[in-house]
Amino acid sequence: MTAEHVIILVSVVGGIIGGMGMGGGTLLIPLLTMCAVEQHMAQAINLMAFVPMSVVAILIHKKNGYICFKHAAPIASIALLSAALGSFAAGVAKGYVLRACFGAFLTVLGIIQMILAIRRAVKKYKAKKAEEKERKQKKEIAN
Amino acid sequence: MKQALKNAITLGGSLAVGAVSGFFGGGGGMLCVPLLEYSGLDVKRAHATALVVILPICIVSSVVYIIGGYFDLKQVSCACLGVCIGAAIGAKLLDKITSSAVAIVFAALMIAVGVKSMIP
Repeated sequence: MTAEHVIILVSVVGGIIGGMGMGGGTLLIPLLTMCAVEQHMAQAINLMAFVPMSVVAILIHKKNGYICFKHAAPIASIALLSAALGSFAAGVAKGYVLRACFGAFLTVLGIIQMILAIRRAVKKYKAKKAEEKERKQKKEIAN
Repeated sequence: MKQALKNAITLGGSLAVGAVSGFFGGGGGMLCVPLLEYSGLDVKRAHATALVVILPICIVSSVVYIIGGYFDLKQVSCACLGVCIGAAIGAKLLDKITSSAVAIVFAALMIAVGVKSMIP
Protein backbone atom coordinates (compact mmCIF):
# COMPACT_ATOMS: atom_id res chain seq x y z
CA MET A 1 0.00 0.00 0.00
CA THR A 2 1.52 3.31 -1.07
CA ALA A 3 1.00 6.73 0.49
CA GLU A 4 -1.62 7.52 -2.17
CA HIS A 5 -3.66 4.47 -1.24
CA VAL A 6 -3.58 5.52 2.39
CA ILE A 7 -4.84 9.01 1.48
CA ILE A 8 -7.72 7.57 -0.58
CA LEU A 9 -8.68 5.22 2.25
CA VAL A 10 -8.54 7.96 4.89
CA SER A 11 -10.53 10.32 2.63
CA VAL A 12 -13.25 7.71 2.19
CA VAL A 13 -13.59 7.59 5.99
CA GLY A 14 -13.68 11.41 6.16
CA GLY A 15 -16.23 11.51 3.34
CA ILE A 16 -18.52 9.00 5.06
CA ILE A 17 -18.53 11.07 8.23
CA GLY A 18 -19.06 14.26 6.21
CA GLY A 19 -21.85 12.69 4.17
CA MET A 20 -23.61 11.82 7.41
CA GLY A 21 -23.55 15.53 8.23
CA MET A 22 -21.12 15.31 11.11
CA GLY A 23 -18.31 17.55 9.94
CA GLY A 24 -16.05 15.09 8.17
CA GLY A 25 -13.68 17.85 7.15
CA THR A 26 -12.61 18.50 10.68
CA LEU A 27 -11.72 14.83 11.08
CA LEU A 28 -10.08 14.40 7.69
CA ILE A 29 -7.30 16.84 8.66
CA PRO A 30 -6.09 14.93 11.77
CA LEU A 31 -6.56 11.63 9.93
CA LEU A 32 -4.23 12.92 7.21
CA THR A 33 -1.63 14.23 9.66
CA MET A 34 -1.65 10.82 11.37
CA CYS A 35 -0.67 9.39 7.98
CA ALA A 36 2.41 11.65 7.93
CA VAL A 37 0.92 14.48 5.85
CA GLU A 38 2.19 17.89 7.05
CA GLN A 39 -0.41 20.06 8.87
CA HIS A 40 -0.57 22.90 6.30
CA MET A 41 -0.77 20.41 3.47
CA ALA A 42 -3.51 18.44 5.23
CA GLN A 43 -5.54 21.62 5.62
CA ALA A 44 -5.00 22.55 1.97
CA ILE A 45 -6.07 19.05 0.87
CA ASN A 46 -9.20 19.24 3.00
CA LEU A 47 -10.16 22.62 1.52
CA MET A 48 -9.68 21.46 -2.05
CA ALA A 49 -11.36 18.09 -1.58
CA PHE A 50 -14.44 19.86 -0.24
CA VAL A 51 -15.02 21.75 -3.50
CA PRO A 52 -16.15 18.94 -5.87
CA MET A 53 -18.11 17.19 -3.13
CA SER A 54 -20.02 20.31 -2.14
CA VAL A 55 -20.82 21.23 -5.75
CA VAL A 56 -22.56 17.88 -6.19
CA ALA A 57 -24.34 18.21 -2.83
CA ILE A 58 -25.46 21.77 -3.61
CA LEU A 59 -26.95 20.71 -6.94
CA ILE A 60 -28.92 17.92 -5.22
CA HIS A 61 -30.13 20.18 -2.41
CA LYS A 62 -31.05 22.94 -4.87
CA LYS A 63 -33.30 20.55 -6.76
CA ASN A 64 -35.05 19.73 -3.49
CA GLY A 65 -35.38 23.42 -2.68
CA TYR A 66 -33.37 23.33 0.53
CA ILE A 67 -31.00 26.16 -0.34
CA CYS A 68 -31.77 29.75 0.68
CA PHE A 69 -29.42 32.11 -1.13
CA LYS A 70 -30.97 35.06 0.66
CA HIS A 71 -29.65 33.77 3.98
CA ALA A 72 -26.32 32.61 2.56
CA ALA A 73 -25.28 35.81 0.77
CA PRO A 74 -24.65 38.18 3.71
CA ILE A 75 -22.78 35.53 5.73
CA ALA A 76 -20.69 34.40 2.76
CA SER A 77 -19.68 37.92 1.74
CA ILE A 78 -18.38 38.79 5.21
CA ALA A 79 -16.83 35.38 5.79
CA LEU A 80 -14.90 35.59 2.53
CA LEU A 81 -12.82 38.47 3.91
CA SER A 82 -11.94 36.76 7.17
CA ALA A 83 -11.28 33.51 5.29
CA ALA A 84 -8.59 35.20 3.20
CA LEU A 85 -7.05 36.72 6.35
CA GLY A 86 -7.26 33.38 8.19
CA SER A 87 -5.55 31.56 5.32
CA PHE A 88 -2.71 34.10 5.27
CA ALA A 89 -2.33 33.73 9.04
CA ALA A 90 -2.19 29.94 8.67
CA GLY A 91 0.55 30.30 6.05
CA VAL A 92 2.64 32.33 8.50
CA ALA A 93 2.01 30.03 11.50
CA LYS A 94 4.40 27.16 12.23
CA GLY A 95 3.12 23.63 11.65
CA TYR A 96 3.12 22.54 15.29
CA VAL A 97 1.41 25.77 16.42
CA LEU A 98 -1.31 25.25 13.85
CA ARG A 99 -1.67 21.62 14.91
CA ALA A 100 -2.05 22.53 18.60
CA CYS A 101 -4.59 25.29 17.84
CA PHE A 102 -6.47 22.87 15.62
CA GLY A 103 -6.47 20.28 18.42
CA ALA A 104 -7.94 22.81 20.86
CA PHE A 105 -10.60 23.80 18.33
CA LEU A 106 -11.51 20.17 17.68
CA THR A 107 -11.74 19.43 21.40
CA VAL A 108 -14.12 22.34 22.00
CA LEU A 109 -16.28 21.30 19.05
CA GLY A 110 -16.28 17.71 20.33
CA ILE A 111 -17.43 18.78 23.79
CA ILE A 112 -20.24 20.90 22.32
CA GLN A 113 -21.32 18.02 20.08
CA MET A 114 -21.21 15.63 23.00
CA ILE A 115 -23.46 17.85 25.13
CA LEU A 116 -25.93 18.31 22.25
CA ALA A 117 -25.98 14.59 21.46
CA ILE A 118 -26.56 13.56 25.07
CA ARG A 119 -29.29 16.16 25.45
CA ARG A 120 -31.02 14.88 22.33
CA ALA A 121 -30.72 11.28 23.55
CA VAL A 122 -32.25 12.16 26.94
CA LYS A 123 -35.09 14.04 25.25
CA LYS A 124 -35.84 11.10 22.97
CA TYR A 125 -35.77 8.68 25.91
CA LYS A 126 -38.16 10.85 27.94
CA ALA A 127 -40.56 11.18 25.02
CA LYS A 128 -40.55 7.41 24.61
CA LYS A 129 -41.25 6.89 28.31
CA ALA A 130 -44.12 9.39 28.26
CA GLU A 131 -45.62 7.68 25.25
CA GLU A 132 -45.43 4.29 26.94
CA LYS A 133 -47.12 5.65 30.03
CA GLU A 134 -49.91 7.14 27.98
CA ARG A 135 -50.47 3.88 26.17
CA LYS A 136 -50.64 1.99 29.48
CA GLN A 137 -53.18 4.43 30.85
CA LYS A 138 -55.32 4.08 27.75
CA LYS A 139 -55.19 0.31 28.10
CA GLU A 140 -56.31 0.53 31.71
CA ILE A 141 -59.20 2.77 30.78
CA ALA A 142 -60.24 0.37 28.06
CA ASN A 143 -60.21 -2.49 30.54
CA MET B 1 -31.95 47.21 20.02
CA LYS B 2 -32.82 43.59 19.44
CA GLN B 3 -32.19 44.02 15.73
CA ALA B 4 -28.79 45.57 16.46
CA LEU B 5 -27.84 42.59 18.64
CA LYS B 6 -28.96 40.19 15.95
CA ASN B 7 -26.90 42.04 13.36
CA ALA B 8 -23.87 41.98 15.66
CA ILE B 9 -24.19 38.22 16.21
CA THR B 10 -24.55 37.62 12.48
CA LEU B 11 -21.54 39.80 11.72
CA GLY B 12 -19.37 38.20 14.41
CA GLY B 13 -20.53 34.72 13.45
CA SER B 14 -19.79 35.33 9.78
CA LEU B 15 -16.30 36.59 10.58
CA ALA B 16 -15.71 33.52 12.76
CA VAL B 17 -16.93 31.12 10.04
CA GLY B 18 -14.44 32.58 7.56
CA ALA B 19 -11.53 32.89 9.99
CA VAL B 20 -11.92 29.30 11.22
CA SER B 21 -12.27 27.88 7.71
CA GLY B 22 -9.22 29.77 6.50
CA PHE B 23 -6.97 29.22 9.50
CA PHE B 24 -7.84 25.59 10.21
CA GLY B 25 -8.66 24.62 6.65
CA GLY B 26 -12.12 23.43 7.62
CA GLY B 27 -14.68 23.33 10.36
CA GLY B 28 -16.47 26.51 9.33
CA GLY B 29 -19.57 24.51 8.51
CA MET B 30 -19.96 23.51 12.13
CA LEU B 31 -20.30 27.19 13.04
CA CYS B 32 -22.27 28.11 9.94
CA VAL B 33 -25.14 25.66 10.51
CA PRO B 34 -26.12 27.06 13.95
CA LEU B 35 -25.65 30.60 12.60
CA LEU B 36 -28.08 29.90 9.77
CA GLU B 37 -30.53 28.32 12.20
CA TYR B 38 -30.25 31.49 14.27
CA SER B 39 -31.14 33.53 11.19
CA GLY B 40 -34.37 31.56 10.89
CA LEU B 41 -33.73 28.45 8.80
CA ASP B 42 -34.81 24.97 9.82
CA VAL B 43 -32.19 22.25 10.38
CA LYS B 44 -32.36 20.72 6.92
CA ARG B 45 -32.23 24.05 5.09
CA ALA B 46 -29.46 25.28 7.37
CA HIS B 47 -27.31 22.23 6.54
CA ALA B 48 -27.88 22.62 2.80
CA THR B 49 -27.41 26.40 2.79
CA ALA B 50 -24.19 26.12 4.82
CA LEU B 51 -22.65 24.38 1.80
CA VAL B 52 -23.31 27.46 -0.33
CA VAL B 53 -21.59 29.64 2.28
CA ILE B 54 -18.59 27.33 2.68
CA LEU B 55 -17.94 26.66 -1.02
CA PRO B 56 -16.69 30.18 -1.96
CA ILE B 57 -14.74 30.34 1.29
CA CYS B 58 -13.05 27.05 0.44
CA ILE B 59 -12.16 28.28 -3.04
CA VAL B 60 -10.64 31.54 -1.78
CA SER B 61 -8.75 29.78 1.03
CA SER B 62 -7.50 27.10 -1.37
CA VAL B 63 -6.10 29.80 -3.65
CA VAL B 64 -4.23 31.39 -0.72
CA TYR B 65 -2.84 27.98 0.33
CA ILE B 66 -1.79 27.20 -3.24
CA ILE B 67 -0.02 30.57 -3.52
CA GLY B 68 1.69 29.72 -0.23
CA GLY B 69 3.06 26.58 -1.89
CA TYR B 70 0.79 23.99 -0.30
CA PHE B 71 -0.33 22.00 -3.29
CA ASP B 72 0.32 18.44 -4.36
CA LEU B 73 -1.77 17.36 -7.32
CA LYS B 74 -1.41 13.64 -6.60
CA GLN B 75 -2.44 13.92 -2.95
CA VAL B 76 -5.30 16.32 -3.69
CA SER B 77 -6.77 14.16 -6.44
CA CYS B 78 -6.51 11.06 -4.23
CA ALA B 79 -8.34 12.92 -1.45
CA CYS B 80 -11.03 14.22 -3.84
CA LEU B 81 -11.68 10.70 -5.10
CA GLY B 82 -11.84 9.26 -1.58
CA VAL B 83 -14.03 11.99 -0.15
CA CYS B 84 -16.54 11.75 -2.99
CA ILE B 85 -16.83 7.96 -2.61
CA GLY B 86 -17.13 8.34 1.16
CA ALA B 87 -19.74 11.09 0.93
CA ALA B 88 -21.96 8.94 -1.28
CA ILE B 89 -21.73 6.06 1.21
CA GLY B 90 -22.30 8.44 4.15
CA ALA B 91 -25.39 9.98 2.59
CA LYS B 92 -26.86 6.50 2.07
CA LEU B 93 -26.03 5.45 5.63
CA LEU B 94 -27.61 8.59 7.02
CA ASP B 95 -31.13 7.25 6.44
CA LYS B 96 -30.33 4.00 8.18
CA ILE B 97 -28.35 4.75 11.30
CA THR B 98 -28.79 8.27 12.63
CA SER B 99 -28.96 7.29 16.25
CA SER B 100 -27.78 9.29 19.22
CA ALA B 101 -25.24 6.55 19.89
CA VAL B 102 -23.43 7.35 16.63
CA ALA B 103 -23.37 11.05 17.47
CA ILE B 104 -21.98 10.40 20.95
CA VAL B 105 -19.27 8.04 19.67
CA PHE B 106 -18.36 10.60 17.03
CA ALA B 107 -18.11 13.41 19.60
CA ALA B 108 -15.87 11.25 21.79
CA LEU B 109 -13.67 10.57 18.77
CA MET B 110 -13.37 14.31 18.08
CA ILE B 111 -12.32 15.01 21.66
CA ALA B 112 -9.76 12.18 21.61
CA VAL B 113 -8.25 13.30 18.30
CA GLY B 114 -8.29 16.94 19.45
CA VAL B 115 -6.44 16.21 22.67
CA LYS B 116 -3.93 14.03 20.83
CA SER B 117 -3.25 16.86 18.34
CA MET B 118 -2.52 19.26 21.20
CA ILE B 119 0.22 17.00 22.58
CA PRO B 120 3.43 17.73 20.66
